[in-house]
Amino acid sequence: MKLKVNNIEFRYNSTPVLENISMELDRSEILGVVGPNGAGKSTLIRCINRILKPQRGSILLEGQEIKHMSMMEIAKKLGYVPQTASHTFPATVFDTVLMGRRPYIGWRSSKKDTKNVVEVLKLMEIDDLAMRDFNELSGGQQQKVLIARALAQEASTLLLDEPTSNLDIQHQLEVMEIIKDLVTAKGISAIMAVHDLNLASRYTDRVLIMKRGMIFDAGSPYDVLTPENIMSVYNVEAEVINRNERRPYIVPIRSIRAKGR
Amino acid sequence: MTGTEGEIYEEYQKYIGRKIAFIFSSLLLLILIVGISASLGSANITIWDAYAAILHRFFPGHIHTSWLADTCVWNLRLPRIMLGIVAGIGLAIAGSVMQGVLKNPLASPYTLGISAGAGFGASLAIIAGAGFIGGEYLIIGNAFVFAMLCSFIIVGLASRKGATPETMILAGIAILYIFSASTTLLQYFGEEEAVVQSVFWMVGDLDRASWSKVTMAGIVVAACVPLLMMKSWDLNVLAAGDETAQSIGVNVKYIRIFTMTLVSLMVASIVCFTGTIGFIGLVAPHITRIAIGGDNRFLIPASGLMGAVFLIGADIVARNIMAPIIIPVGVITAFMGGPLFLYLIMRRRREYF
Repeated sequence: MKLKVNNIEFRYNSTPVLENISMELDRSEILGVVGPNGAGKSTLIRCINRILKPQRGSILLEGQEIKHMSMMEIAKKLGYVPQTASHTFPATVFDTVLMGRRPYIGWRSSKKDTKNVVEVLKLMEIDDLAMRDFNELSGGQQQKVLIARALAQEASTLLLDEPTSNLDIQHQLEVMEIIKDLVTAKGISAIMAVHDLNLASRYTDRVLIMKRGMIFDAGSPYDVLTPENIMSVYNVEAEVINRNERRPYIVPIRSIRAKGR
Repeated sequence: MTGTEGEIYEEYQKYIGRKIAFIFSSLLLLILIVGISASLGSANITIWDAYAAILHRFFPGHIHTSWLADTCVWNLRLPRIMLGIVAGIGLAIAGSVMQGVLKNPLASPYTLGISAGAGFGASLAIIAGAGFIGGEYLIIGNAFVFAMLCSFIIVGLASRKGATPETMILAGIAILYIFSASTTLLQYFGEEEAVVQSVFWMVGDLDRASWSKVTMAGIVVAACVPLLMMKSWDLNVLAAGDETAQSIGVNVKYIRIFTMTLVSLMVASIVCFTGTIGFIGLVAPHITRIAIGGDNRFLIPASGLMGAVFLIGADIVARNIMAPIIIPVGVITAFMGGPLFLYLIMRRRREYF
């Protein structure tokens, strides 16, 4: 078992954000996490990475309780890709990716670390940007650099927090293709919060749909992204076109304002 | 490695090489400026006499010097120069680390109120005669204790839950105001002579230098700098944001407290001997970042050297511009640093702020 989340609960002060969340990740796959704003998608991803500490429940990473793991050990297994990043001071792409080697280095980087960064840059096809300033890159390029940094961590699971939300459609598709190819080629897994239901449908193997801090439904995109689920979770009337059986297309029609909310 | 991979690797090696070259050039510049500083003054000594006098004590059999040069350099000028080097290195590195750890280009020993705390402590000793340690070290001891008190407040805030770098900066500014007001109040009720003395104390200078002071400040700086350099990787990762740093395995809170404590100790042990020398901690890190980038592995040593060069240079100006009157070096650093800083932010604003 790669990852097992057992009944976790997370609250800010007394406001519950996550309740009774349980999920598993076993093989090399892409798990999409969808749901409206404030449903707890990002919080779940941060709890898994122990950036946030859930008050109850347990998270097992390759059989080990993450509470008892050091941050460096977690960083070697989980690579976090934030939605955006801006650096206070200029840093080159190379140095940004080299940060991902931190769990492996003492106070000097070795030749091996530098070579690993070169390989990752090459793999992500951003080697020509190596000496550019990260802050000057476009959103799509930045997202690739952030993925490259997670790869430099040699993590077996990538955690992505809405990686496509600031990108144009070309870069949305490009980033999704990259993640999909990486998962297949390297045999790793990815847990990804996504807003766009069609991207989730097209690129994920399993989907978890969240509503107000709880998992509303989970399964294949075909089973989860139904008009009924979309209505209950988003209050949106939607038409689902099953152009092919496994990957439905979702066409949102109108928003239904529920009473008292 | 394939062809292009080898190319990037080599390009990166060159990029690192340039940074190391910058550090060595700064070191040479520092040696040069120390020679110039040691040769200038009322007694006529050439720059070569100055170097010979310095080296004579290390290689007595090989290098010859005169009695005049030896006395002048070792007893009068070198303590001042050495205090300048120690203060320049310490303040500049403190500025670099504070800016990195608080992710704010405005952070410096001055803006965080540490200097104001030292100033209040000194004034309390000078005007009210009250202090923690008696005798010769009354003023210095007081300045040190109050500078550390400020640091403890800031670090204490940092260790509270939910504290952000912004709260630390704002707390520093609040402390700055509180201690400046307290100092003003003391001066308002103080006797004229004591007030003058406390005002002079606060304008930083190197006139009070002696070998024993250089040794005390030097030991603290020499102990803190390697410890800070060992954390340069974590400081680099911190620049990418707290969450990212945590996800890469860095204990953000621990690093923030650890480095801020060291930096405060270093600043306190410098300003208690020199008074407030502004702008070194702000300008030296920014100039260095523009030259070689923000990688703390190189930024920390390089900015330290730049700080020392800048402070010794300012001291040369301070001693000679109106000779024989010596202007406090704190005034010169502000006059030189201010316009320089303005120029830098006008030119490089987009990449920085």
